[in-house]
Amino acid sequence: MRNRAFILASIFVLCVSLSLAQEKSPRIIAIKGARIIPVVGEDIDQGIILIKEGKIEDVGKTVTIPSGAQVIEAKGLFAYPGMIDSFSFLGLQEISSIRATVDSSETGRFNPQVRAIEALRPDSMHIPIARANGITAAVVVPTGGLISGQAGLIRLVGWTPEEMVIKSPVAMHIQFPSIPRFRGREAQPREETSKQVEELKDLLNKARSYQKIKDAAQKNTLLPLPEFDETLEFLIPVVNGQLPVMISVQAENDIKTAIKFVKDEKLKAIFFGVVDGWKVAEDIKNSGIPVVFGSLYAMPSKWDDGYDALYRNPGVLAKAGVKFAFSSSSASLAKDLPYHAAKAAAFGLDKREALKGVTIYPAQIFGVEGMMGSLEKGKAANIVLADGDILELRTNIKQVFIDGTQTELSSIYEELLEKFKKRY
Amino acid sequence: MTRKILGFFVLVSLAAFSCFSFGQNLLIKNGIILTVTKGKIAKGDVLIIGGIIKQVGEDIPAPEGIKIIDASGKYVIPGIIDSHTHIGLTGTNESSEPITPEVKMRDVLNAEDTSIYTALSGGVTMIHTMHGSGNPIGGENIVLKMKWGKTSEEMIVPEALRTLKFALGENPKQANVTGLATPRYPQSRMGVNAIIRRELLKAKNYMEEWDRYLKAKKSKNPPKNLIQPRKELRMEQLIDLLQGKMVARCHSYRADESLEFINLSKEFGFKIACFEHISEAFKITKELAAEGIGISIFADSWAYKVEASEGIAYNAAYCTQKGIVVSINSDSGERIRRLFNDAAKAMKYGGLSEDEALKLVTINPAIQLGVDKIAGSLEVGKDGDIAIFNEHPLSAYTRCEMTIIEGDVYFDRAQYLKEREEMEKKKKEDELKKKGGKK
Repeated sequence: MRNRAFILASIFVLCVSLSLAQEKSPRIIAIKGARIIPVVGEDIDQGIILIKEGKIEDVGKTVTIPSGAQVIEAKGLFAYPGMIDSFSFLGLQEISSIRATVDSSETGRFNPQVRAIEALRPDSMHIPIARANGITAAVVVPTGGLISGQAGLIRLVGWTPEEMVIKSPVAMHIQFPSIPRFRGREAQPREETSKQVEELKDLLNKARSYQKIKDAAQKNTLLPLPEFDETLEFLIPVVNGQLPVMISVQAENDIKTAIKFVKDEKLKAIFFGVVDGWKVAEDIKNSGIPVVFGSLYAMPSKWDDGYDALYRNPGVLAKAGVKFAFSSSSASLAKDLPYHAAKAAAFGLDKREALKGVTIYPAQIFGVEGMMGSLEKGKAANIVLADGDILELRTNIKQVFIDGTQTELSSIYEELLEKFKKRY
Repeated sequence: MTRKILGFFVLVSLAAFSCFSFGQNLLIKNGIILTVTKGKIAKGDVLIIGGIIKQVGEDIPAPEGIKIIDASGKYVIPGIIDSHTHIGLTGTNESSEPITPEVKMRDVLNAEDTSIYTALSGGVTMIHTMHGSGNPIGGENIVLKMKWGKTSEEMIVPEALRTLKFALGENPKQANVTGLATPRYPQSRMGVNAIIRRELLKAKNYMEEWDRYLKAKKSKNPPKNLIQPRKELRMEQLIDLLQGKMVARCHSYRADESLEFINLSKEFGFKIACFEHISEAFKITKELAAEGIGISIFADSWAYKVEASEGIAYNAAYCTQKGIVVSINSDSGERIRRLFNDAAKAMKYGGLSEDEALKLVTINPAIQLGVDKIAGSLEVGKDGDIAIFNEHPLSAYTRCEMTIIEGDVYFDRAQYLKEREEMEKKKKEDELKKKGGKK
């Protein structure tokens, strides 16, 4: 009797542990047969990617698949690293004209204290759509004012903001003072612009003094602490070069001024936008500042620049040797990230370089190339299986792995379609 | 002497007239021809005589002296047509009143709008440029060809249907307009429908008044005190709509408001050619197909306002599969140059074939505008309106190389690049001169 109870209990325990084991994804997954485009290194025809505990354990033509591994047949498909959107509003904006659903911009001119990830909405309807198009990570960026706040790098999966954050902050967004060049707005005199640049410099200097006083007080408890200043407090990592500034800057002269600003202030910097970049490609190259392009769904600011100025800009900068990445600059059309890269490729950028601009280059620019951006041993298993080139409009994405876990690819798109398919 | 000069001018202007107004002769050789309606020719030619397509096929012999374009390895497709845009105009919305059918876009054409060139750079040869969506009943729209450098009169396509703009939902009810001192009626979807009904009732009344007057006037003994009713341009336009001389193009997003507009059209017996934007068309394919109403939509632009928050990217393909004539429009002086990209999205979201996807920006908008006899596909007898791409037009890597209207080349990337190079060279020389001068 006692024996029987023991057996029953054992079976129960066994069942429970089995079902628990089934719920968890198997420890080792092998993606087999796909043409692998690791982005870094040569393409591998009919290769194998081994995933262990969320990371790429091995990748190659002749990789031994351990017994017990879950094998995913991917013959005829293409395996790419997940794409990275380098300037995105995913999770920060839902319906762009409805203020209640927009948390990407704060009021005031200096907001280094705000963090994009703290407004992140994991349930945003735009996230699964972007993910289903092969985008696995995004830099979410606050905008507005002169210093807009802290950008963070997120993975496009997770139930809570914490589960989504990969690294935050990755940059401090500064919207560089510029002369409005667009019709309908009152033009700002150049003096006003330089005054604002001086203001920024002044603020950075204050942050340096603030840090000095703070450091001194920390070493010597007899010395007074500086009066707490929210703005200066959050500029400390910027002035000591720990946190890069992401500077939005567009026009030729403004780019030149921004390069000088970065140099004078000894900042670590990334440029964003840079629509006039092709006019000052050499200057940007010499500055060593990488560039994140904004949406290419835009018109050149001047007729004389030529109709294709924005399209050829990435190709020109790449040729000059500037490190670059692409962005959607959007939430509702974040899924279009690959098409911005392809557009640049249609106008002079090498196709493989375009691919790098949405994978390894952004990883390098944001300092996470050790974690992602290519299909290499030891990196996070962010893998996209597609039936063609992932920058192509007609390509279908079949599976998306983030940290080794297969993700859901349906979204409100399919949900609504299926609902109304039932009607007629 | 003066007579001689005059004669010379007459000759010149006659020559110009025959060249430009009646179209050119042109032979496009060895291209990959995507006719859209009659299949694909792997290596073919298109012959245009007097601006009209005379022949589409293989190895067409070149008539003597004809201009030849070598399209080897390139894709030759019918010129792209944008069924809904607002370019080439000096104004879009007459917002002082909610009802303005008397307003005509023809009166505000701007031949110098650089968006016309932008359109050409994306292979667009024809557009339907429209009144805005600020008013429940807006103005009369117009169809133009993108003849950059010509006068606005020369751009007008007289064959096109006359269309009148209507608008429902958030825009006419001013839902997203802030800081209005006094809200304008209507402020709700109820009001939008009511005001349209009011105007159409008024128009019917006006029509009857005129009928009675004319009848009385023609009668054997016209009454002595017979007074001619007042002529009202606003009513005249609505009568044209009610009598089928004009069709409605109605801006709407939601399924429900669109159904209500269909009810209005039945109540008054006017024809709806097309719903504009209609994000939720996929919800009412049954009604749209039954009424033969087309839709002119975005590929996937959505969620910029509440009524656009269910605008799924499957809309175009799904509605096509349900038998609705779908076009993809730009509604923008920027998006207009990448409509071929947007068409490709309907292959990814919903699985349209290449031809079906291309139809979204060629023959389908032509049908919607009533110009499918002259445009929208590469067929004999149609206008020689053509776009040439370096790669397949539905590839993300493609680029428009040339845009041709009635046999005339209006956009030529090679020419553009040459001019750019010369310009930059000159700029550099000027800079050097300046520097030299300073020294």
